Amino acid sequence: MIKKIFTYPLHFVIFVLIQSLVLNNIQLWGTANPYLYILFILWLPIETNKALVIGIAFLLGLSIDLFTDTVGMHASASVFLAFVRPYVLNALAPRDGYEINIPPTSSGLGWFWFLRYAAIGVFLHHFFLFFVEVFRFSEFFDTMGRILTSTAFSLVLIALAQIFNSNVEEK
Amino acid sequence: MRNLIAFIRKYSFFFLFLAVEVLAFYLLFRNNHFQRSSFLNYTNEVTGGFYTKYSNFKDYVHLAEVNEALSEENKRLRGRQIQSFERLFGENIYVRDTIFRRKYLYTKAKVLNNSITHQNNYLTLSVGTKNGIERGMGVIGPNGVVGVIKNVSDHYASVVSVLHREAKISVKLKTSQYFGSMQWNGVNYRNTQLIDIPNHVELLKGDTVVTSGYSSIFPEGLSTAVIQSVKVVEGENFYDIEMELLSDFKQLSYVYIVKSNSLIELQEIEANREGQDD
Repeated sequence: MIKKIFTYPLHFVIFVLIQSLVLNNIQLWGTANPYLYILFILWLPIETNKALVIGIAFLLGLSIDLFTDTVGMHASASVFLAFVRPYVLNALAPRDGYEINIPPTSSGLGWFWFLRYAAIGVFLHHFFLFFVEVFRFSEFFDTMGRILTSTAFSLVLIALAQIFNSNVEEK
Repeated sequence: MRNLIAFIRKYSFFFLFLAVEVLAFYLLFRNNHFQRSSFLNYTNEVTGGFYTKYSNFKDYVHLAEVNEALSEENKRLRGRQIQSFERLFGENIYVRDTIFRRKYLYTKAKVLNNSITHQNNYLTLSVGTKNGIERGMGVIGPNGVVGVIKNVSDHYASVVSVLHREAKISVKLKTSQYFGSMQWNGVNYRNTQLIDIPNHVELLKGDTVVTSGYSSIFPEGLSTAVIQSVKVVEGENFYDIEMELLSDFKQLSYVYIVKSNSLIELQEIEANREGQDD
């Protein structure tokens, strides 16, 4: 338990730094931007207070925003993700519900479950984020294309991060 | 009330989400120019559409006044028609009229846009170079001077209104013929100021001020304003005169553009004279 209290703030800082200093400079095919930082929200324990998740998501998004000078953009998208997370978790729940203290990760609930969970979360977050960024629906399919490529890109990174993290945990 | 509280408690998570999201968007609009201007553009479109509807409605409501002004003008013009004059000489006396030459030609135009609230106001008219309109022509309304054409495109003309702080119109007193300039001080759209009238001239409240015709942009003797108050400024040679404009710029709908046939000739000869002075 004590370990968790330290790991989450540490994760928070690491995610913000990786996102702002490394990933924000990567753009595949000129349009796809990976957003790994939301993995922090996805990884929060299932039984975390929903309101607390919203607060954490707001702070996380705002921290990213401060680096990219887009105050409010990532914050709003992260808060949206925090809002839909309980519903996604509900929809994906095993028949007899989640066991206590099982983390929403591949090691806790398996790769199949985790990838579905991450894909839905990432897509919803990117959908919200990209539409706030362009702020119009007139180029709907252009924006949709960017959302899908970025979602794919982010998912690959999230899977890699998950593999890396499982290895660390095993050791 | 209890139901309301129960409702809010039931959906407290959603309301929390909404509140935080509103905060995020508040920050977004405050700090990001693009999103803010998109948002404002959208609201502008909405309000702009509303304004158009409102102006159409206003046009309709003011039809009675427009008609009134037009018929008043018709009456005046009818009085000047040849049918309203009596023949003075017997039929066997032939008068060949070579005394009169047409000096001014008029074109009518609809006011498309008009402002009165700024310091420098302009009007837009529905005529342009295709109607023979040129820069520098005078514009008059049913009740006197309106302004001077500034820019002309193929179909539109923009007019420097009398309600423009830089616009100076040469005018004179109808009774005593003393001339001065009419220039607006930017305060009230119903009033304008008369400058360059020396202190010794006797003035009365209610004196009519007409165009002088000196510049040849406007025909002479066009009633434009009425003196409202006269003030003597200590140590100055000229009066401070406040006039009330005869035309209400807020309800201008139709105006006339004055084309002067002698303007170029006059300008040429006046330019020559100045050249020889040196």
